[in-house]
Amino acid sequence: MVDLTCQEIVELVTDYLDGALDEATTSLCEQHLALCSGCETYLNQMKETASLLGEIPAATLSEEMQATLLAAFREFPADGRNG
Amino acid sequence: MATARTDDALVARLRSGDEAVFAELVVTWSRSMLLVARTFVSTEASAEEVVQDTWLAVIRGIGRFEGRSSLRTWVYRILVNTAKTRGVRESRVVPWSSLAQDEERGPTVDPALFRGADDQYPGGWRSFPREWQSSESGALAGELRAQVRRAFDALPDRQRVVITLRDVMGHSAGEVCEILDISGANQRVLLHRARAMVRSRLAPYLEAAPASNTGGVS
Repeated sequence: MVDLTCQEIVELVTDYLDGALDEATTSLCEQHLALCSGCETYLNQMKETASLLGEIPAATLSEEMQATLLAAFREFPADGRNG
Repeated sequence: MATARTDDALVARLRSGDEAVFAELVVTWSRSMLLVARTFVSTEASAEEVVQDTWLAVIRGIGRFEGRSSLRTWVYRILVNTAKTRGVRESRVVPWSSLAQDEERGPTVDPALFRGADDQYPGGWRSFPREWQSSESGALAGELRAQVRRAFDALPDRQRVVITLRDVMGHSAGEVCEILDISGANQRVLLHRARAMVRSRLAPYLEAAPASNTGGVS
């Protein structure tokens, strides 16, 4: 099997991180990443990107809507909730 | 966090009418539910209504939940179906079925960064990506968070939905496929393109300053 180029590796990193590559391609990726600090950096930056997205500032529902939902939950008959 | 508890315990609490558990789920899950809903409908207000309708459907349906998927996946499936229906009504349709759109073609990293075919090392980096400074460092944090949000908002709809579920919300690949009814390959293409796009937009803010920082960059 032919070695992977850096340009190929950068398109495989998500599949690699998800464990979606076949065994042969996974081991080619691992060999390349062990030797290439550029691709290792790229892989780490993709992981960092994913983790930064986990901290994205996002609003939740308004307090008013939360109160409406809580009231609906409270008022829903228990026998209906139990199926 | 609610997600750390087992589903069975959560479902039992909801069925027994535990308001604290319900309120906690509403607060924590609604954040990403709003992000997901927003990609299917035209306005923030409309997205809020979709999320509200979803929770009302959860209240009505929890008694019938059979545990064939996780509770979270079940809730998000209701969300996506509700949002799709609403989106159709607003004539805003995200074309989920066709993968072969321009946004899913071509390289995710600028080909100019790699050596050409006649080079000794074709496809190798011309120069390595510059290392990122720690995103923890104080002054950067606020501006960085704003940049992450801006890069996220600029993503095409389908990529934004997938990255919301995977990276913002932390769903597994399998859960995302189930929620959106797409294939694993399709899911990974969208996630990969989204992450690569966000990465490239964050790079200028995170790359170590060229002159002042000589340590750690080879």
